[in-house]
Amino acid sequence: MGNKLTRIGRRLLQAVPSVFGIIVISFVLTRALPGDPAVYFAGIMADEESIAQVRRALGLDRGWFEQFGIYVMNLAQGDMGMSLSTGRPVLEELLSRLPASLELTLIGLSFAVLTAVPLGILAATRPGSWVDHLCRVLVTAGVSLPTFFTGLFLIYIFYYLLGWAPSPLGRLDFLYIPPPHVTGFYTLDSLIAGDFETFRASVVQLILPTVTLGLFAMAPIARMTRASMLNALGSDYVRTARANGLSRHVVLITYALRNAVLPVLTTLGMVFSFLLGSNVLVEKVFSWPGIGSFALEALVASDYAAVQGFVLSMAMLFVVVNLAIDVLHTIIDPRVGMDD
Amino acid sequence: MIQFLRHVRYVMSENPVTVAAFVMFAIIVILALFGPWIVPYDPLASNMRIALSPPNWAHPFGTDQLGRDVLSRVIASARLDLGIAVSAVALSFLIGSALGCSAGFYGGWTDRIVGRVSDTIMAFPLFVLAMGIVAAMGNSIENIIYATAIINLPFYARVSRAETYIRRNAGFVHAARLSGNTNARILATQIFPNILPPMMVQISLNMGWAVLNAAGLSFIGLGVRPPDAEWGIMVAEGATYIISGEWWLALFPGAALMLAVFCFNLLGDGLRDMVDPLRRT
Repeated sequence: MGNKLTRIGRRLLQAVPSVFGIIVISFVLTRALPGDPAVYFAGIMADEESIAQVRRALGLDRGWFEQFGIYVMNLAQGDMGMSLSTGRPVLEELLSRLPASLELTLIGLSFAVLTAVPLGILAATRPGSWVDHLCRVLVTAGVSLPTFFTGLFLIYIFYYLLGWAPSPLGRLDFLYIPPPHVTGFYTLDSLIAGDFETFRASVVQLILPTVTLGLFAMAPIARMTRASMLNALGSDYVRTARANGLSRHVVLITYALRNAVLPVLTTLGMVFSFLLGSNVLVEKVFSWPGIGSFALEALVASDYAAVQGFVLSMAMLFVVVNLAIDVLHTIIDPRVGMDD
Repeated sequence: MIQFLRHVRYVMSENPVTVAAFVMFAIIVILALFGPWIVPYDPLASNMRIALSPPNWAHPFGTDQLGRDVLSRVIASARLDLGIAVSAVALSFLIGSALGCSAGFYGGWTDRIVGRVSDTIMAFPLFVLAMGIVAAMGNSIENIIYATAIINLPFYARVSRAETYIRRNAGFVHAARLSGNTNARILATQIFPNILPPMMVQISLNMGWAVLNAAGLSFIGLGVRPPDAEWGIMVAEGATYIISGEWWLALFPGAALMLAVFCFNLLGDGLRDMVDPLRRT
């Protein structure tokens, strides 16, 4: 166990430079505004006095290093500035919208993993069969799909033509009242409240956007599963396992899959990065009230603190996800002993 | 050379999909180069009398809410979309390979700094970083190009670093050094031409992504502005009409975008098969 713990600890330390790098870039982005940043952050309606106030608050009248210090101190206290379009702190705005986005992203990702991994395994165990061809088509077509376009056409087919899907406007049809806030995930909250009617309504709203996200995420996962499964099936340890007369199931799952899953996990990090980006597009298409929509509204309103707060928090979320994936990687990896 | 051509012919005959991709690529390039002379109508001319008419003989792709011909606009977009993607990819190729080559060749601090910079860029969800860059630098087409170039930079830096690193002690490099070439000259005339094939594969795989990225940015209202024709913004404009059943506004530009990206991805896979048969998946 000690071996794994040391590895995990070392990996946690490795996140420090990336976090520092992210903060530096986002500091540069907030200061890269053409002209006087104070004027931008104070907003269009600001007078001389409030601009001066913002300048002092951001430390714009001091040297670069001191400004960076102030920026880091503010961040450490969770202060990302005020959103001009809503008049509330950026962090508060982001946190209140985060569950909507996370619910969408996580369900989309699970949908992609649950379809792409079996597909990749089937394609690898039956090379040249129709499953293999389906997998190849999906892999190349999937990465070429613009998410905003797939989303729109799912709406056209399932809402306009067939009438199966509810109107693509937000997380719940206006007939329903959002469940009491516990986790912020409408599906979970409605289950906790025992309100199955609302649960059904929220699931129905989720189907199209999560399928849109999932279709996009499936391609790299299926590709990687197929490739690493093929690799594992051709390896010496699988041959040995077969030669020892282990059942097909045990060889496939315990020997091949456990090793093949590692590169797939690494790909998941990349996929998550794409998903956080496509989330913005999907939220716009489905009027989903998440952080992506918030960032877009802020972009339109030239609300810079909100946009940069969004970029910074997405990057932090991505760092955390990558960390979690690497920790999981260490736990699954059969080559790292549980005891030594 | 003849051997290479024979190899190309072999790969092509093995893989008809790659041939199809090359043909599609040629069509897209022709549309991008000669689009303004091919279009049946002026892509910006509006005619309210025929607004929102479905596809018909006069307008095969229908007309949009201002009566502009969708086919002409889809063709005219090819130039802008490819222009953005090509300039962005060229920029990140030039800067990325210069950084990557020196990192792989000199090692030490150069390597560490270049590695750290690309790691930091990769630590962001890339589309989100592009949004942040455009928001900070200002909403214009040039800044879309810069943002797309920056987020693609790490890929080129990494590939060129790895490829340079394995060649920096090759026989031909020693020979060039013995004949009195400087480091910079060796990098430019000996190593760089040798790492071009894997870089070409990277470029072609990257082009599709750059097009998708640029279209995504203009879909959310960054960069290209109406009335300019561009696939992403046309889909965005058509989005409001989808719910009322006017599908042709968004379908055709979206399909064009999809085909272009699909073509670049197929081309990238095909090129990889030609350059590096071992990495076929």
